[in-house]
Amino acid sequence: MKWLDRQRCLMDFTLSCVWRRKGKNLGFLLVYTLIIFVVCSVIFFSNALRRQADAVLHDAPEMIVQKMMAGRQELMPLAHQEDIASIRGVRSVEPRVWGYYFHPATQTNYTLIGRKDFRHGDDAVEVGQGVLRTWGAVQEDKLYFRMVDGKALDLKIAATFSAATDLVSADLIMMSQATFRRLTGMPDQFATDFSVRVRNPQECTTIAEKITGIVPGARPILREEIVRTYSALFNWRSGYMIVILSAAILAFCISAWDKATGLSAEEKAEIGILKGVGWGTSDILGMKFWEGMTVSLAAFFAGVIGAYIHVFFFSAPFFEHALKGWSILYPSFRLRPEVNLFELAVLFFLTVVPYTFITIIPIWRVSVTDPDLVMRQG
Amino acid sequence: MRRSSIYLGFSLSCLVALGFLCFIYPHLSAEQYDRVLAEQKRVVRDLQLTDLCLFSEARYTRNLSQADWHAPFQDNPMAFDTFPSGSLVRPTVLLADDTP
Repeated sequence: MKWLDRQRCLMDFTLSCVWRRKGKNLGFLLVYTLIIFVVCSVIFFSNALRRQADAVLHDAPEMIVQKMMAGRQELMPLAHQEDIASIRGVRSVEPRVWGYYFHPATQTNYTLIGRKDFRHGDDAVEVGQGVLRTWGAVQEDKLYFRMVDGKALDLKIAATFSAATDLVSADLIMMSQATFRRLTGMPDQFATDFSVRVRNPQECTTIAEKITGIVPGARPILREEIVRTYSALFNWRSGYMIVILSAAILAFCISAWDKATGLSAEEKAEIGILKGVGWGTSDILGMKFWEGMTVSLAAFFAGVIGAYIHVFFFSAPFFEHALKGWSILYPSFRLRPEVNLFELAVLFFLTVVPYTFITIIPIWRVSVTDPDLVMRQG
Repeated sequence: MRRSSIYLGFSLSCLVALGFLCFIYPHLSAEQYDRVLAEQKRVVRDLQLTDLCLFSEARYTRNLSQADWHAPFQDNPMAFDTFPSGSLVRPTVLLADDTP
């Protein structure tokens, strides 16, 4: 209890000292908090997106088979559907008919999907919420397209995808396969690619090899590769942002090091006086320990909680522009709040601990010298 | 009131808030997020989708996993690219792995 009381007294004194120089300390605290906030936001955001992609794409087709020619993707002839279906272990092969539509008025790309089982007829579409937000010329619930032959085609919006599915459906325009072919000019005997379901997912690689033997120029893409592509993407992007931020982080480190190690004349005189009135070296070290600890802990808490609210409650608006690139259409989505405690612990040890300890070293140097000399220097 | 009491009170409140956000809030909101996830998975399954709608400005950024090998940003990581997101995204793992 005596030790605790002593520490509390030291903390009281330290906080008084910090408050006495509040302008300088609050400015430093603000920058410290901002750095932790930004780094933590990047970590939270990229991890949450990676987990979301992993969970959502878990239900993607086990294999997509494209046809390549001269390094470019070509339309897949439907004649190959039977060839692939005849491979042992293949459960089903379904042609996917899809493509892109560039809308010149809004300079936006949309994804078109043609479905055989489209239930709203040949003169209607089902669209994502992003299409409604961006198309611009939605009049009387109709979308106007320019067909491959230059003629206009207007299609009624019969239904919309739920806003909850924006992350995967924001730019989708779904229509009947006949309408898709009329709009894009894709011949009846072709599809964009095949979606292949297999009986045993462990046989995917073997089946993919067989497909490349049967279909000339086939390029099978496995689901695990799709998931890994997204995992690598978010690792890459978070790393990229940290690299961009590294200059700011480095500047902060230099400033923190300078503040922690370069004692002002006032601080030196203060230590001399404290030693003169009977404070021991351990008391002065304890006082400085609490100074580093209080500032860095406050910055850590404020930064982490702020980052959590920024990413999980407000969907990271500060990163939206970096993510958007040049796309007009961006989905609105909320990320599932999950925090990796290991990463939080690493962040704690990389931010709180170093600053706390670098504040002690110069004080130790000063506090072991003669108080009279220190006061004269001050 | 002692300054240390104010600071300890602040730290304790932050710790409780952080604990709530990390351990309790995810459970409280789990049902809502599970519902959204189930709906997203249903759309992915029904429409046989392969990619997230994050970058829609170009075909090779909209469907990252389906992009062809000669899409500009996949030539090499520093290749000149028309679209900024080409600099932010990484080539598909297919290129790195040499898998079929």
